[in-house]
Amino acid sequence: MNRRKVLQGNIIVAKAAIAAGCNFFAGYPITPSSEVAQYMSKEFPKLGHDFIQMEDEIASLGACIGASLSGKKVLTATSGPGFSLMQEHLGMAVMAEIPLVIVNVMRGGPSTGIPTKPAQADIMQARWGTHGDHPIIALYPAFADEIFSETVRAFNLSEKFWTPVILLLDEVIAKAHEDLEIPHKKDIPIYKEAVHKIKDLNIYDREIGENPPRVDFFKGYPIHIDGLEHDSHGWPTSDPKIADKMQNLRMQKIYNHLDEIIEYKEYYMDDAEIMVFSFGVSARSALCAVKKARKQGIKVGLFQPLTIWPFPKRELQERFKKIKKILTVEMNMGQTKYEIERVAPDDVEKRTMLRANGIPFTPREVQSAIEEFIK
Amino acid sequence: MKKYEKYIRYRTFPTPWCPGCGDGVVLKSIAMAFSELDVDPNDIIVVAGIGCSGRMPTFFNTNTLHTTHGRALTFATGIKLAKPEKLVVVISGDGDSLAIGGNHLIHAARRNIGIKMILINNGVYGMTGGQVSPLTPQKFITETTPYGNIEPKFHASELLIAARATFVARETVNRTVQLKNVIKKSFNHKGFSVVETISNCHVNLGRKNKMKNPVDMTKWIGSRTVTKEQYDKMTPEERNHKYPVGILKEDKNRYEYADLYHKHIIPAAKEAAAKNGTGKK
Repeated sequence: MNRRKVLQGNIIVAKAAIAAGCNFFAGYPITPSSEVAQYMSKEFPKLGHDFIQMEDEIASLGACIGASLSGKKVLTATSGPGFSLMQEHLGMAVMAEIPLVIVNVMRGGPSTGIPTKPAQADIMQARWGTHGDHPIIALYPAFADEIFSETVRAFNLSEKFWTPVILLLDEVIAKAHEDLEIPHKKDIPIYKEAVHKIKDLNIYDREIGENPPRVDFFKGYPIHIDGLEHDSHGWPTSDPKIADKMQNLRMQKIYNHLDEIIEYKEYYMDDAEIMVFSFGVSARSALCAVKKARKQGIKVGLFQPLTIWPFPKRELQERFKKIKKILTVEMNMGQTKYEIERVAPDDVEKRTMLRANGIPFTPREVQSAIEEFIK
Repeated sequence: MKKYEKYIRYRTFPTPWCPGCGDGVVLKSIAMAFSELDVDPNDIIVVAGIGCSGRMPTFFNTNTLHTTHGRALTFATGIKLAKPEKLVVVISGDGDSLAIGGNHLIHAARRNIGIKMILINNGVYGMTGGQVSPLTPQKFITETTPYGNIEPKFHASELLIAARATFVARETVNRTVQLKNVIKKSFNHKGFSVVETISNCHVNLGRKNKMKNPVDMTKWIGSRTVTKEQYDKMTPEERNHKYPVGILKEDKNRYEYADLYHKHIIPAAKEAAAKNGTGKK
């Protein structure tokens, strides 16, 4: 069988999710992500999987959490305004430690914004959208093959760390049809979750830093899952000592495993004197620009994070030992800019290319900025 | 130990409810219904939202889930679709289900997904200290209507009938045997069912409206309830300020959502796939 196909980005997400074992989808139509739901509504019943269109995005994520707790691998897809509505249940999923994947095909904002144009506008919403302190994993592919691999990785990370994972996509990448060689089944890594030995219903009982095994309903134990702060049984508590421990459990299950979570790509970075930091569609323009600048003899490289949250702080700081110029290229008014300022030492010169009018940067524009920077 | 007590999770007691609260009656009625139907606790999930009613799942020795405000039905929808054979019970208050969760309520009813809902109607936001709810009677004093409530209230059961729910009943915490029996009946219903249970919040509603103890308030509830048979015979004037109790609607003919999906959509899709050769290889 010919595994090479021309596929739309949204469809690649759907196909990769199915390959990763996803068997439940609840969603609500929204441009520019609706194709994911449409594809699932057609393909899922053929596989005996569940699809439901809910009454809004809040309900969609609620249904996803319910299904996840019933043993399903779940996915929902939305865009900025829908992602705003989902924040309430995203917090619930973080608090109750529920594996699920949310695809956010970003579009211009705030509010209804520019529905049919791209924007890298929800990077901070992905990080801090829901209330309360929480860790989050957000992945950000730029190329067709990365959409596939990062979707699979999103499911694996969510299962491994018992956490919601956000997959950020740019409108143009989700809508564009691109050439993709679909990986063979045996080459798709699927995380096999550990079997949890329940002792006395202590479902959240573990050491700080340990990543938890998954527990579902209907396994013969009367477990309780709560959005309130809870003890190791899941039962509500406001005991400061327990609350302290639970906060740390949720934080450290992510922050103690950064090596397993953070992934990135580097291009021409070995001898680079300027680093371009960019992701999604902007990284595609940036890569093109870097290649052209290299032909002119400019020592420039591209750092493209695939894991945008947690932020690749250590990896960047390692590179700042040698590279003293960084150009951040993003389609927003400056969101990761602040993260770069936070992690880069003072002796690193920082410049930005920011734009949020719906038009992606062209390679030529990025190239000009690089040429300007080297002067 | 009584038979129904196997469904009670005593380890999480005491309850947060005020002495004399109707929620305890509902808790016991549900446990007794489980017991009389002899359902395996592992085959039950109790889901609730936020409020006094929201705390109820904690006290059932079954699978339990305490969710977000007004949205228990959405979680329950995911569970029921994923595990259609399980008994999925949702407990909700009037503020929870008819204000913040109104949209989810009408859609769950319309969809006829086999969730068993117990809607506890005490006409007030109790847990937050007694603010007006969409089911607070007009003229009542609450913390946010200090000069009297000027908003008309929903008739919850009638709203649900209009939203095409297939099993709608109303009972009160005064009528404990009838309440338990109707809950039991609703658990046997295939589609979406709701038992609106009129309850007393003498602490946060009654106290401000000349009914400061549970006896006054349950008497007031009793004075307003008539059976459906009596109600049907009454003139419009006589019906003023009266609720009919009992089963108000029961439609056994409409298909349940998860059943339809699993027995109709999945086979239809598989058949289409076999014809076109586009199914799973």
